[in-house]
Amino acid sequence: MAKRLDLKDVDIYYGDFHAVQNVNLSVPPRSVTSFIGPSGCGKSTVLRTLNRMHEEIPGARVEGQIQLDGEDIYARGSDAVAVRRTIGMVFQRPNPFPTMSIRDNVVAGLKLQGVRDKKKLDEVCEASLRGANLWKEVSGRLDKPGGGLSGGQQQRLCIARAIAVQPDVLLMDEPCSALDPISTLAIEDLIGDLKKDYTIVIVTHNMQQAARVSDQTAFFNLEATGKPGHLVEIDDTEKIFSNPTERETEDYISGRFG
Amino acid sequence: MSAALDAPERPAAPATFRNVSTARKIKDRLATVLVSLAFLIAVIPLVWLLVSVLIKGFPAIVSADWWTRSLSGVTPDEVRGGVYHAIVGTLVQAVISGVIAVPVGILAAVYLVEYGRGRLAKTTSFMVDILSGVPSIVAALFIFALFVSIVGLEQSGFLVGLALVLLMLPVVIRNTEEMLRLVPDELREASYALGIPKWKTILRIVLPTALSGTITGVMLAFARVMGETAPVLVLVGYARAINFNPFEGNQASLPLLIYTELSTNPSAAGQLRIWGGALTLILIVMLFQLAASLISRYSAISK
Repeated sequence: MAKRLDLKDVDIYYGDFHAVQNVNLSVPPRSVTSFIGPSGCGKSTVLRTLNRMHEEIPGARVEGQIQLDGEDIYARGSDAVAVRRTIGMVFQRPNPFPTMSIRDNVVAGLKLQGVRDKKKLDEVCEASLRGANLWKEVSGRLDKPGGGLSGGQQQRLCIARAIAVQPDVLLMDEPCSALDPISTLAIEDLIGDLKKDYTIVIVTHNMQQAARVSDQTAFFNLEATGKPGHLVEIDDTEKIFSNPTERETEDYISGRFG
Repeated sequence: MSAALDAPERPAAPATFRNVSTARKIKDRLATVLVSLAFLIAVIPLVWLLVSVLIKGFPAIVSADWWTRSLSGVTPDEVRGGVYHAIVGTLVQAVISGVIAVPVGILAAVYLVEYGRGRLAKTTSFMVDILSGVPSIVAALFIFALFVSIVGLEQSGFLVGLALVLLMLPVVIRNTEEMLRLVPDELREASYALGIPKWKTILRIVLPTALSGTITGVMLAFARVMGETAPVLVLVGYARAINFNPFEGNQASLPLLIYTELSTNPSAAGQLRIWGGALTLILIVMLFQLAASLISRYSAISK
């Protein structure tokens, strides 16, 4: 479990558009790394290349190397489906499968990968829901549809679904931006717990959140609209928010930008 | 503005919101009347048609024989026998068409929505548009030219089914396409992020989510082709007896029965059969639409 991620000279393009330029960073195992930066700076784009999700967009391509414990996930012959089994993702808006019950949502990944053993599925279901701090709330209604839960519960259901396939890395794309403060707190606590077992990368617009949950923070910026985004700096979260190396970072986190 | 609101002495009950000009009132009335009138004009023919078919056809369909007997051995001016043979024919031909058109149509829609990019997809989509504009008589003549004139088959209910495929296909494709496009991309991404391959995502996540709408569309496509008349006029002969075999011999269907009675039987019994046949056809089509709405209600995604 929990592997390290290394990005080396990563450039991302959408067709002719150069979206992100020359990113170099490392994410150590069992830690939380947050990506912050203004809209359009490419932080979500970088996140989506980490499990090859950007390939769903026609014309998107990546140059450079992204390594999971030293293995290039873009190597010739490496399979995007296999990569995504190892690197899970939680999205901005909770997206439980509407045709499935809570239980089926959690074990959807295993079930669709061909696991039939009902006992094992039930075990994984309970363990994942406990892992996502949702077990107590839903244990009595596992057969009810997942769409009936509140937004915050749905998001934790999605986290349970993501950890049920036991990935090595968990990517989170603004997981709290559609949630109220209390649900946000629940998710943030959960991220703290998950850190023990997973490598976590989280994109957030909320700088307090980045400061609260992450061990290291990467600041992305872009010079102007239409120019590629780039990584300004990455450092320990404490340092980024108290004494960043770059002037640009300090301006952004203190609200002096634009 | 805010200064005015804060002012201590406001005029008592200002009439700002009640002061509607007469011109505006008149325009409002006029528009209401026009819209209601347009609605009435649209509804009148529909109600008229339903009521007259109901009144004139009802005496025919209340007898048990109507639903269980054919017209075999019944002379044209006898009020006897039924249209079972025509109901059988209509259903058999519709099922043949559905067996071919539904799977092909759903797969084509999956291709267009989930895979189709570039030239082939555009061409396919364009062809579907053209197909949906093809008049039923042209579809019938095409099948006639291909299978009767060139291949040398006899006319039969099966060929009617094939012609109906051409009419059903674009309806099924377009409708399924709509339903698949309604499935949010977030669900596909959620599935990919779990390491589920694309084909499985389509089969187990996308199609089930779009299922109820797809079934509704298929039912409506069935309802539509069952009333088609041109293919049965061109591609099969009328039979007064029951024929379950669509590959051999003549086979009646409701439109064909109505047309045959209309053109060959001026007696009162014939008239009754025409209206009864029309009412039966409407009832069957309504049954399909009812089934469609029930299916979509009960399999609707529960929130």
